[in-house]
Amino acid sequence: MVSAERVWEALAEIPDPEIPVISLVDLGVIRAVAVEDGRVRVEFTPTFLGCPALELMRDAMAERIRELGAEPQVEVILDDSWSTDRITAAGREKLRASGFAPPAPRRAGTPNLVQLRSGAFRCPYCGSTETRLENIFGPTACRSLRYCTSCRQPFEQFKTI
Amino acid sequence: MTERAQLLLEIADDELILGWRDSEWTGIAPFLEEDVAFSSIAQNEIGHARALYELAAGDLGTTADELAFDRTPEEYRCAQLVELRRLDWAHTIARHWLYETADAIRIEALKASDDAELAGLAAKIDREEVYHRMHAEMWAERLRNEPRFREAVDELWPYALGLLEGEQREALCERVERQAVEPVVRGGHSDELRELWEEMTIVRRSVPGAAW
Repeated sequence: MVSAERVWEALAEIPDPEIPVISLVDLGVIRAVAVEDGRVRVEFTPTFLGCPALELMRDAMAERIRELGAEPQVEVILDDSWSTDRITAAGREKLRASGFAPPAPRRAGTPNLVQLRSGAFRCPYCGSTETRLENIFGPTACRSLRYCTSCRQPFEQFKTI
Repeated sequence: MTERAQLLLEIADDELILGWRDSEWTGIAPFLEEDVAFSSIAQNEIGHARALYELAAGDLGTTADELAFDRTPEEYRCAQLVELRRLDWAHTIARHWLYETADAIRIEALKASDDAELAGLAAKIDREEVYHRMHAEMWAERLRNEPRFREAVDELWPYALGLLEGEQREALCERVERQAVEPVVRGGHSDELRELWEEMTIVRRSVPGAAW
């Protein structure tokens, strides 16, 4: 019988389909793992509801669990329990190292335009806070576009939700 | 049909049809940033529709796809505001701003609901809608004194009022600082919805049960 710990390890090997530098565990989308009678029940909290990667994530988790010899039951939780604050510290560092500025913590309150237009966002390439908002929206639902006026590098900012 | 299922379908239909309309700017928006913005907003709205249809489908013993694509145009519960087509940029922004303002009122009420499933999903949707509202307000601010934008808001105002009822409708008047007029209420549909339905359901009708 597979242990919950082994399942967590296996799920930590699955890359995010759109930002493969981080895993599903880094992303914080797995809320719970329970093993019972050869079945593994995973509670999965989507990031953005329209994210086309959700099915890929769900199927990848089911496949990994089958490889461990257990029957997967991946339950999609449609509530408010995921926010970008669930991304782990390791996940945030991996994002930054690959040129995605990690999301600002929600303790600053609900995101607003004044905040996004301020210079409080750090360039993941040179570390400068001399950055400006280029577009609230980006190539996927979870990203905004910013430009660093210090090193003249456009970069992608993970939206805080 | 329960009151809850009916409410879910109204909101889901609004989000699906508006998402479809927003996606019509993909590739042809006035500039690249807006192409990206409207494509992303469309994707979010359709994601919200799917989640809302899934809740409704659980109540009604059906599936989200069947609710989204297998009903007749007359069975859709969306407001006519979201159905309108061939809008110019002034109308697009006017609709976007009016819709997001009304939608915020509706989501706030749902977040405070005793129904934990509804409240939880509304809170999740709201996290994303925050960005839609920022975008809408940014544009409404920019176009505030443009005659074309003001005319578009005047023209769409009766349609916007039809999104909400009762106290929520009054709240919308306050937020956009406009007097109530005779609303275009839910129930009737424009010919534009029928055209959109033809396009939107063609695969489902050609190949029933198709999956991809």
